[in-house]
Amino acid sequence: MSKKADVIEREEVVVRFAGDSGDGMQLTGTLFSDTSAFIGNDLSTFPDYPSEIRAPQGTIGGVSGFQVHFGHKQVNTPGDYADVLVAMNPAALKANVKMVKSGGTIIVDQDSFTDKNLRKAGYETDDPIKEDKLEGYNIIKAPVTTLTKETLKDMGLDPKSILRSKNMFALGMVYWLFERPLKYTEQFFEQKFKKKPKVIEANKKVLEAGYHYAETVELLTPTYKISPAKIEKGTYRNIDGNRATAWGFIAAAEKAGLQLFCGSYPITPASEILQELSLRRDFGVKTFQAEDEIAGICTALGASFAGSMAVTTTSGPGLALKSEALGLAVMAELPLVVVDVQRGGPSTGLPTKPEQSDLMQALYGRNGESPVVVLAASTPSNCFHYSYIAAKIAVEHMVPVVLLTDGFLANGSEPWKIPKMAEYPDIKPPIVPPGEEDWMPYARDPEKLSRTWAPAGTPGYEHRIGGLEKDELKGSVSHNPHNHEKMTYLREEKVNRVVSEVPDQTIEGDQEGDVLLVGWGGTYGHLRTALDELHKEGYQAGLSHFNYIRPLPANTSEVLGKFKRILVCELNRGQFVDYLKMHYPDFNYLQYNKVQGQPFTTIEIKEHVKKLLEA
Amino acid sequence: MANNNHQDSQQLTAKDFKSDQEVRWCPGCGDHAIMNAIQRTLPELGIPREKFAFISGIGCSSRFPYYMNTYGFHGIHGRASAIASGTKTANPELSVWQITGDGDSMAIGGNHLIHTVRRNIDLNIVIFNNEIYGLTKGQYSPTSKLGAVTKTSPYGTIENPFQPGELVIGAQGKFFARSVDINMKLNQEIFLEAEKHQGTAVVEILQNCVIYNDKAHAVIADKKHKDDRQLVLRHGEPMIFGRERDKGIVLEGLKLKVVEIGKDGYTEDDILVHDAKTKDPGLHLMLANMQYPDYPVAVGIIRSVESDTYENKMDNQIKAIREQSEYTCVDDLLHSGNTWEVK
Repeated sequence: MSKKADVIEREEVVVRFAGDSGDGMQLTGTLFSDTSAFIGNDLSTFPDYPSEIRAPQGTIGGVSGFQVHFGHKQVNTPGDYADVLVAMNPAALKANVKMVKSGGTIIVDQDSFTDKNLRKAGYETDDPIKEDKLEGYNIIKAPVTTLTKETLKDMGLDPKSILRSKNMFALGMVYWLFERPLKYTEQFFEQKFKKKPKVIEANKKVLEAGYHYAETVELLTPTYKISPAKIEKGTYRNIDGNRATAWGFIAAAEKAGLQLFCGSYPITPASEILQELSLRRDFGVKTFQAEDEIAGICTALGASFAGSMAVTTTSGPGLALKSEALGLAVMAELPLVVVDVQRGGPSTGLPTKPEQSDLMQALYGRNGESPVVVLAASTPSNCFHYSYIAAKIAVEHMVPVVLLTDGFLANGSEPWKIPKMAEYPDIKPPIVPPGEEDWMPYARDPEKLSRTWAPAGTPGYEHRIGGLEKDELKGSVSHNPHNHEKMTYLREEKVNRVVSEVPDQTIEGDQEGDVLLVGWGGTYGHLRTALDELHKEGYQAGLSHFNYIRPLPANTSEVLGKFKRILVCELNRGQFVDYLKMHYPDFNYLQYNKVQGQPFTTIEIKEHVKKLLEA
Repeated sequence: MANNNHQDSQQLTAKDFKSDQEVRWCPGCGDHAIMNAIQRTLPELGIPREKFAFISGIGCSSRFPYYMNTYGFHGIHGRASAIASGTKTANPELSVWQITGDGDSMAIGGNHLIHTVRRNIDLNIVIFNNEIYGLTKGQYSPTSKLGAVTKTSPYGTIENPFQPGELVIGAQGKFFARSVDINMKLNQEIFLEAEKHQGTAVVEILQNCVIYNDKAHAVIADKKHKDDRQLVLRHGEPMIFGRERDKGIVLEGLKLKVVEIGKDGYTEDDILVHDAKTKDPGLHLMLANMQYPDYPVAVGIIRSVESDTYENKMDNQIKAIREQSEYTCVDDLLHSGNTWEVK
């Protein structure tokens, strides 16, 4: 690297990899992120892929993207706009060009810019640079396909395998651009293709070829240097939201001394939770891939009846199918966690895109008075914490809990300081000790109002439960009108009393004043970054972000009362703001909503708040 | 079959399995007899009472768990197979019984039933088949005979009924038996074998709904006809029936045929001998599909084939994977793969 012209020290950079959905862009992005994490950057990633597995090649519909934001300060979002875009074909350029910062760097595989591909992508002329008005951008046209073929010509590989590795050429170029070592990616090849030495060699060769090509032609000037971030001491790993969710449940089951059972049905973007749990037979996890969403929750409930820590995982349409059985869990007062990895709706909607529009469904989407606890994770890594807490609440309070995440958290990843399980709170299942005389299935703990748990198989406590209204103590069927009203109240009050587990709501930034940003769930990173940037620009505002939806934290009213105006930001038409208005009608609520199947951008929030403050 | 210790269960009697709940089925309903047969069978099994779980969906039959002094879960419509599958998979030591009807298991719960059977989870599924929706007061069900006149088919149904046996065998069922509600002795015999069988055991009981579909099965169940119109199958015994035990079943070409012994040159040696344990489902399917008046209706255990169960395979897989695992606790898992230190 003798001839490097300029090295620009940057605080943070956003890189976006884009190509056909078969081009391996998700892997390319993941490998780049892993390397960045190993050398000490903080980062946040966001895969943006189509719901078709292989949409027609070369079309915009088939473009798969992966964005990574890394820096030497704390990084909370995958970034609004990219400094560098890697576009493997014209469609990838066309689909992503609006996501590149003005004057940014765009690396394209010039071999793919054929007439045919240009037409497929919807370009009308042969000059996409001119057509998209990219003259002011740093465009790097590299013959990626040709050079990949050249690199591997003597390896004796079939043409398809050769073409498949061209993403590694592009990755090599980007590694050079950001002064990243190749060794972590090489180690990945060695692990992944243990039994295929030829594939290891081919991938290494192409990766190096890309790196050397970038160095040799010096076309990528200037290069960027991003120093390691100043983050808390400890051992770190990268983790995405779905894996974190799965691990949180395994941790909770271990802590509680219970068997973990997951009855589920594959659905985008939640399937990885079931997949990860299926892998964990080594922790005794029983996963049951059911015939449908309903059987998913029903098997989980049946397992809960037998004394397992039971979970079911799904996304919006699946939660709709589960609603009757969730009502049964409310009635049976058995512990159960339902994870809803939200996606764009209604109906099939936008399966791969994040949205926050299942809030009302989670809170109220069942027949009858059917209260459940609702929690929401807010970063990929804290999915671990909230799935753990969801399981703890479900078991200790004998109540169903809905945990909301979304496609953005589920697939996004970030470095995570690995917690020590010894520091996590105990989980104590209210299992009836042997030898209780006159035990009654629906007798309640005076504080929590939860009943006790006598799993099927326990001697001496044979009893019947079910969906018909229960007698308030014996649990046998009761049609008594006053009993029904009392039981309705008890089920609701039991959920309300979970508030004892809920930490006080905090405010970040200014503790009082004109505008309080309010968010919940997966939008935290964007809201927090917007707040930081507002402060940097001299504006005053606070942020209060909610993870506990039902029950709300005890001091919610106090927090809301410290600001003149409350701006509730959500990726829906205003479900949380309506919920707050219902509970705390006396405040001045404003709302900022986006329903595009895309996360917020920091800029749009910031601009909106500025307008508000300057008006 | 559940692996249970047999202590404390010897002195149990049918009475020990009755709960304190008032039984609210209509007088004359076939459900009473079925429950009696089950309550008499359970003490024979040598399984402690707490190991029994009765799980149901919705319908008249699904009230059953409330009347049993065991663990019981009255679920939601159609989903009993799924709930029971979860219970049994979570704790294979339990003896799990699913009580269901023709509406609950063949209509809304049809999908769950076939998949449970396919997986071969060790449940005892008892289908009370009265060919009508009773609890909703008289609409046709998926097993109502073609042309049946009911509240929702005032001009007769125009859809073909399911034969539960055909459905179960089609879903790779390993155990299927059929009987009539009032046949106490045969029913006890079947329930005992169903519980001992490892894997999903489906028992269809032709049950009489005295209010909405009275005498639906009378044509074969009536005392004066039953010997001539029912074929009681027992493994290893010839398929002989009739009040005079003079009729039998032979295989002619690819079809079953009813013959009279001593007539047209047929002797007892020509009569098929029932082999419930053969893996090939061909003959079992033919037997399950026999319908009056062309044939007698087959009762008894039609098919009983040994095969490993879902929950057993799962436990074995967990054991094998655990033995190879490097992890001792969740902390190990969290530190697995690529990690790095920030100092």
